[in-house]
Amino acid sequence: MEGKAIKNPVATPGASIEQKRYGAILDIAMKVGLLVLVITFILYLVGFPKPYIPVEDVSSYWGLKLHSVVNGEEAGYLHVTGIEPGWAWATPDNLKKSDFLTFAPIAFLASVTVICYLSILPIFLKRKDYIYAALALTEVLVLVLAASGFLPSGGH
Amino acid sequence: MSKKRTLFFTVALILLMTIFVVGMVQAATGPTPANPGGSDSAIPWWGWPLILLIVTFLMGIMAVLGGVGGAVLYTPIIGGFFPFGMDFVRGAGLLVALSGSLAAGPGLLKKGLADLRLAIPVALIASTTAVMGAMVGLALSDAVIQTAMGLAILAIVVIMFLAKKSEYPDVQQADKLSTILRISGVYHEPSSDKDINWKIHRTIPGLIMFIGIGFMAGMFGLGAGWANVPVLNLVMGAPLKVSVATSKFLLATTDTSAAWMYLNAGAVVPMIVVPSIIGIMLGSLVGVKILAKTKPSAVRVIVLVMLIFAGLRALLKGTGVWK
Repeated sequence: MEGKAIKNPVATPGASIEQKRYGAILDIAMKVGLLVLVITFILYLVGFPKPYIPVEDVSSYWGLKLHSVVNGEEAGYLHVTGIEPGWAWATPDNLKKSDFLTFAPIAFLASVTVICYLSILPIFLKRKDYIYAALALTEVLVLVLAASGFLPSGGH
Repeated sequence: MSKKRTLFFTVALILLMTIFVVGMVQAATGPTPANPGGSDSAIPWWGWPLILLIVTFLMGIMAVLGGVGGAVLYTPIIGGFFPFGMDFVRGAGLLVALSGSLAAGPGLLKKGLADLRLAIPVALIASTTAVMGAMVGLALSDAVIQTAMGLAILAIVVIMFLAKKSEYPDVQQADKLSTILRISGVYHEPSSDKDINWKIHRTIPGLIMFIGIGFMAGMFGLGAGWANVPVLNLVMGAPLKVSVATSKFLLATTDTSAAWMYLNAGAVVPMIVVPSIIGIMLGSLVGVKILAKTKPSAVRVIVLVMLIFAGLRALLKGTGVWK
């Protein structure tokens, strides 16, 4: 039977408490992240502070593969640019370079989901909704593991 | 031809022409094997990011009007016609999908359209397998990835073409697992001014399908909206609006795990990522305004044609037929 629209006598439409909290934190974090991303990118474009790779040279590298071997020698992007993978961009020295600085809001945007999940975890626990608390915690662990850099990522 | 339809075709034509010009320019300037897309190009360094911004802006409009996520258009088109390495394009594709989902999430959650109880188990499975997909994708050569992605895109076109949608799927009885997880809800449908009760069934088969969806999202950097909606709607029986909203919301989780893998691998180039995010988001804002005044069914055909074109391009590039 299609088109089943039921007047619900018990439940009422709208967001649950955890949805409202998740949405509120996501709203703020997303706006902050995007704003900082635009600001740091503008700084990168104007070269303040001095980037690791000058903007006019980036085009020499963006067509490369991450890893490649030419005539028996490594000629991939990471090797040619000398950029280290993982969290190397976040060292104090690298964060003084505007291109690496741009990674900070990107990493923040990629962390927003973890923040949101952690924010709703106490609601599930308080409600003794242990299944969803476990699911949310496991999700956080998966995302943290992916972010940790401990998992192998590439190398062909 | 009506004004609306003229607008659709104008945007589509501009996008296709831009892609065509990009392809021509790339072919003419000829990136060398030692320096692909590089400093010997006739285009100044800022030219490609600028073209990228324009193309992703138009893509953002088309994605909204066509009812698809940006990444499913972004990765094959940018990978096929721009001089960027596929590793960087897939990394950017995931971040584009992630940003779009983050931006849409608050509104969808607050309105109660995206459902957290439905999203959390699904997202856990998809994000875990997306990590695995990213690991595999980063370990494969560009040719293999392009070929596989071309085939995947063409399969997506078939799914999008054949999959019917159901506003309110008939779910006679919630299954055991969804009952235990208490996945059900109610939302207000303004068009009929009624509260819609919903529940789901076939939860286990649906969750199993998300193993594959997450893996493909991570491997190809495609996002996953194209598959999320049919599985949530047709397999699990969530209402269409709930399926679309929950799909959009859970992309943030699925793509976050895969995006981290690309970020940690070093496959993120800000000069590619930032113009793409800005372009798609601005385009999406314009697209939403146009959508309010238009019927998007005609645009869906254009999007399907673009996907066929992008899928064939990826397939032919991967197999070496059209370099």
